[in-house]
Parts: sequence; C-alpha cells; structure tokens
Amino acid sequence: MTTETAESVEAAGVAPAADPGFLQRYGASIEYILIPGAALIGALAVFGGFIALYGKNPLDLYFYMYYGAFGTWFSWQNTLTRAAPLILTALCTALPAQLGMVIIGGEGALLIGALSATSAALALQGAAPIVVQTAMVIAGMIGGGLWIALSGGLRQYRGVNETISSLLLVYIALAILNHLVEGPMRDPASLNKPSTREIGAANMIGSIPGTDVHWGLVFGLVAAVAAYILVYHTTFGFAARVAGGNIRAAKIVGLSVGKLIMTVCFLAGSCAGLAGMIEVAAVQGRTNANLAAGYGFTGILVAFLARQNPLAIIPVAILLGGISASGGLLQRRLGLPDASVLVLQGIIFVFVLASDALYGRIGFLKGKS
Amino acid sequence: MADASLGLWTVPLAVFGGAIRVSTPFLFVSLGECITERSGRINLGLEGTLVMGAMSAYGISYLSGSPWLGVLAAGITGALFGALHAGICSLPRVNDIAVGIALMLLGTGLAFFLGKPLIEPTAARLPAIDFGWWSDIPQLRAALRINVLFLIGVAIAPLLYWAFRTTRWGLLIRTAGESADAARAMGHSVLLIRLRATMVGGFLAGIGGSFLSLFYPGSWNEGLSSGQGITAVALVIFARWDPMLCLWASLAFGGAAALGPALQSVGITSGYHLFNAAPYILTLAIMIITCSPKRTLTGAPAELSITR
Repeated sequence: MTTETAESVEAAGVAPAADPGFLQRYGASIEYILIPGAALIGALAVFGGFIALYGKNPLDLYFYMYYGAFGTWFSWQNTLTRAAPLILTALCTALPAQLGMVIIGGEGALLIGALSATSAALALQGAAPIVVQTAMVIAGMIGGGLWIALSGGLRQYRGVNETISSLLLVYIALAILNHLVEGPMRDPASLNKPSTREIGAANMIGSIPGTDVHWGLVFGLVAAVAAYILVYHTTFGFAARVAGGNIRAAKIVGLSVGKLIMTVCFLAGSCAGLAGMIEVAAVQGRTNANLAAGYGFTGILVAFLARQNPLAIIPVAILLGGISASGGLLQRRLGLPDASVLVLQGIIFVFVLASDALYGRIGFLKGKS
Repeated sequence: MADASLGLWTVPLAVFGGAIRVSTPFLFVSLGECITERSGRINLGLEGTLVMGAMSAYGISYLSGSPWLGVLAAGITGALFGALHAGICSLPRVNDIAVGIALMLLGTGLAFFLGKPLIEPTAARLPAIDFGWWSDIPQLRAALRINVLFLIGVAIAPLLYWAFRTTRWGLLIRTAGESADAARAMGHSVLLIRLRATMVGGFLAGIGGSFLSLFYPGSWNEGLSSGQGITAVALVIFARWDPMLCLWASLAFGGAAALGPALQSVGITSGYHLFNAAPYILTLAIMIITCSPKRTLTGAPAELSITR
C-alpha cells in the first residue's frame, strides 16, 4: 500500500519528464539510495559545522577523511579490514529486523564468539591448522548464535523486550570475558594486558594474497550474500518477512513464529560470533578486552543505514569502515579526539532515522499522532 | 580496631552504603524515564544522556567552581537531548526505540569528544551530609555520608506518584500514554505533551549523570557509565511505571551494584567482574520473572511500543 503511493509520489515529484514506466518500477529503489545518501551528506555537513566550531577547517576534515578512508591502497586495506566485522555485526541486527525485532546486542555475541573460538583453538592445540580453524568457526558461530537466541527465546517465551535484553547481555558478556581473561583463562605471561594464551601463529587465518586484508572480508561477503538469498529468495525468508509484517497473519497461515524467531536469532548471533572469531584468528591472535572495540555498536548503525538489506550492508559497512579507518589520521593531522568518529556515527544515525519520514512523501505534511 | 571487630559485617554495611550511593543515578534515570514512558514513548537514549550529563556537570563545575551549577547544566543538557529525541520521534514513521539507540551512541560519542580535556583536572564536587556523626565505626560513618541529590531523588518519587494521580499534568501525561486519540479528542497536542515529558525525563537523567561525575565515583572518565542508563530503563518496566516502586527498585539495584566492591574490600576478589555484572543479571532475571508473553504488563501505558 505504502509502496504504491511512494512510487507515485516519487514519480510525480522528482522527475515528471522522465519515462513514467521506469520510475514506476524503480522509484522505490531510487528512493532507497537517494534518501540515505542525502541523510549522509546532511550528517557530514553538520559534523563539518561542529568541527568548525571546534576551530578546525571542515574542508581539511573532509579531505583527511577521504584520504584516510579511500585515498591510498594502504587506507583502502585498512578500510576493508574494518568493514569485515562490521558486515557481520550488521547482519546481527538486520536478520532479526526482518521479523520486526530490534536486536542491538551484536557486541555481546561478538565477544562470546571470540571466547568460544579461542577456547576451541586452545583445546585443539597440536591439531592441523585447518581442523583448528574449522573448529574455531563452528565454535564462534554457535557461541554467538546461542547468545542472541537467548534474547529471541526470552522475547518469544517470556515476553521480555529483545532490545533491552540483548543490550544487557552485552554487559554480561563483557563481564564474562573480563572474568575469564583475568582468571581461569589468563596467560600468566600477559602482565600488562590480561589475555588468554595465543592460538598459535599457524592457526591464524592470514591475508588474501597480494593484500594485507585478512580472509575475514571474504567470510563477511559470503555471509551477506547468503543472508540476502535466505531473506529474499527462500520460503524461510518469505515466512520470516510475513511474520515481521503481521504476526497475526503469520499465525493464521500456520507459520511457527517461535521457530522462526529462534532460528533467525541464532543465525544473526552466529554472524556476530563469526566476527569475533575473525578478530581473534586474523587480528588479535588471542582474546582480551581489546575485542570490545565497538564493532557491535557500529554494526547497528550499518544495518539501519542499509535499511536492513543484507546486500546493501556491504557498501555501507565499507563506508563506515572507512570513517573509522580515517579516525587515526584525523587525530594525527587535525588533533581531533579519537571520539570524533563516534560523534560522526551518532550524527549519521540521527539523520538516517529522521530521513525515514521522507519515504513516499516529500515534506513533513502529515503528523503520525 | 573497629575494622577487626566488624569482620564480615563490612559486606552488608558496604552494600547498604552502596545501595544509597550507587542507586542515585538509577533513581533519577528511572524516574525520568517513568515520566517519558507514561506519556507513551520510550527513550532508550538515556544512557547517552547520563554520560552527557556527567560530562557537562564536571565541565561546568570545573569552570565555574560551583558543583550546583554543574548539576543544573547537566539537567539542561539532558533536557536538550530529550527535546532532540522527541523532535525526531514526532516526524512521521520514525521508531522511538531506534532514535533512542542513535542518541545513546551520539550522547556517548559527544561526551567523550567534549570531555577529553576534562579527564585530567579536578572539579569541585558535591557536598555530602554526615548522618553518621553519632557512630565511631568508620565504615558506618562512610555508609551514612549521604548526598543531597539522593534525598532530592527520594523526595521526587512520592511527589511524582502524587502528581500522576491528582494533578492536571499527571492526567494529561497518562492520557497521552493510554490513548493518544483520547488526548487529541480533549483538544491537546499529543506531540507537545510527549515533548515536555521527554524533556523533563532527560532533565532528570542528566542530573543522575551529574551525580556520577560530581559525587560517586566523583571524576570524569570514559568508563564512568557502563549501562546504568539502560538498566534504569529496564527497571521502569520492572517497577510497573510506578514512581514509588522505581525508588525501591533503584535501592535494590544500587545494593546489587555495590556487591562487587564490597566483597573486594574484604578480600574476595576472584569473581570481581562477575559481581560487577550483578545489576545486569538481576535486571534480566527480574524481567524474565515478571514479563509474560500472554498478557501485557499491568500498569503498562497502552501506547508504549515496547510492550507491543
């Protein structure tokens, strides 16, 4: 219903002279690129103003952001390395969103996934690297999957709001991680930064040949494409979207909503858990508090900016990976605090949500309530 | 000397003192969120508001030398964040939960950004009233050093309870929360009511933040708040949107949060991080026990998106 009006308004308002059939067909898709793009530009403009108030030149800011994110091959590699976990943590929010659930606990699933993967690697010391790596992937995915499935189960069987429970579980996961790396799993040799023992250089997953970008990027791309196919080209995905659109209708046609919620939440969590495994097996080599770097939280923003579409998550994750990759350069060249990336992310998030009002109508003519 | 005779009694005493000290931010945020949620909207961004409040209170107290000006600045910052939340939510088809998440990230980021130069300096802190003057046990005296903000919070709870029941404003807020249509039919703007309710909620949450930086722990750093804001939002659900229950629940949560440091003080350090997670585990446990998939919660405002 809304899509139809969206298309006609778009067709009438934006380019009346163009071929109406084209806009009828693609009007909504154009909107999905145009409006988030405009929101992004608006957010960058506001951030530039903020930086100007801080006494820095916004043009320098934009230049260094571009340069630090996409300016050189080195910065591209940095960007892509950061995009890998972002794709996966964004899927942790985007998959449950198909069911109308707002899960924001990707950070917790990432930490639990990292812990599970590290435990698997430490338990299998001495086995062939491929065995260890496979076990790490499986353990990471199961650990993260169960963590988010817990939120899903609480929502389905106890009526506990999944947004709040998944966020509380982030803090609980962080406490478990700190407890284990400072206690039972601590490597006695790690003095300044309590950590687990290393998983071993042979078991690291390494880089894509010819680059410094680790294989985690490929994991992320495969997961995003698989999620896209699952959501839009399978019966299961269709059922999930029906349940997300109208839960009563889903029950009437006999869909098992509980099973859908549990499966989707498990898959979502296993994506974030995989991100944790990658951070261990490709970057850190061990588990410690460094893993709580905020990828889970940025992933929420990626998912919303991509309008919960698994394929759109890929470019958006690269974009936001680029923003965080440029953070170091902003600190060095402009003397901005490291939190400037967080501020920009927050502003983008606010703009993206506010721009939701623009879909299907140009101007804020009608109020919601 | 008194130390030795107390022995393990230090733990309940420290938990009691901690309940009073640690509960204050919980109390302010939950009372603020209570007002906002009663008007039919949920503001998950109070976590960010709390951190922003803590930062601005510390900054203003440092610059002006007056901690009370800092408290006021924290409240105003909170109200502005509330206005931002309500403003975006009043646009059509915008989800209030998502806006809350965005403001949570924005508030924390902005506070870290602006608060960078505040990590080093020491600001004037809020005074405490010594209620333990009659005792010569140092632990008891420490537990009874109570901050004025706590007393204000304790006073606000029954005031709100009364205001919700008997005043015109209370009725308007409840009407907006129970049935937006009814409020509109009475000729009131639901958006305006919710804007005010969210601003007042943000004001209180900001003050809760000022307590963190100006009294306990009493300094500004980036690890100051880790989820107190979001715990307080969950606490409102558990307290059934009743300000008096918010007060008792905040005290219970403060006690739970003080458990880790209390055990550490008597030498039990092994599960330190797990004890620190006690408030979150407690919140989750309570939500599991009190929620039910079959019925909406009693006392839940009907317009609230979080109760479906």
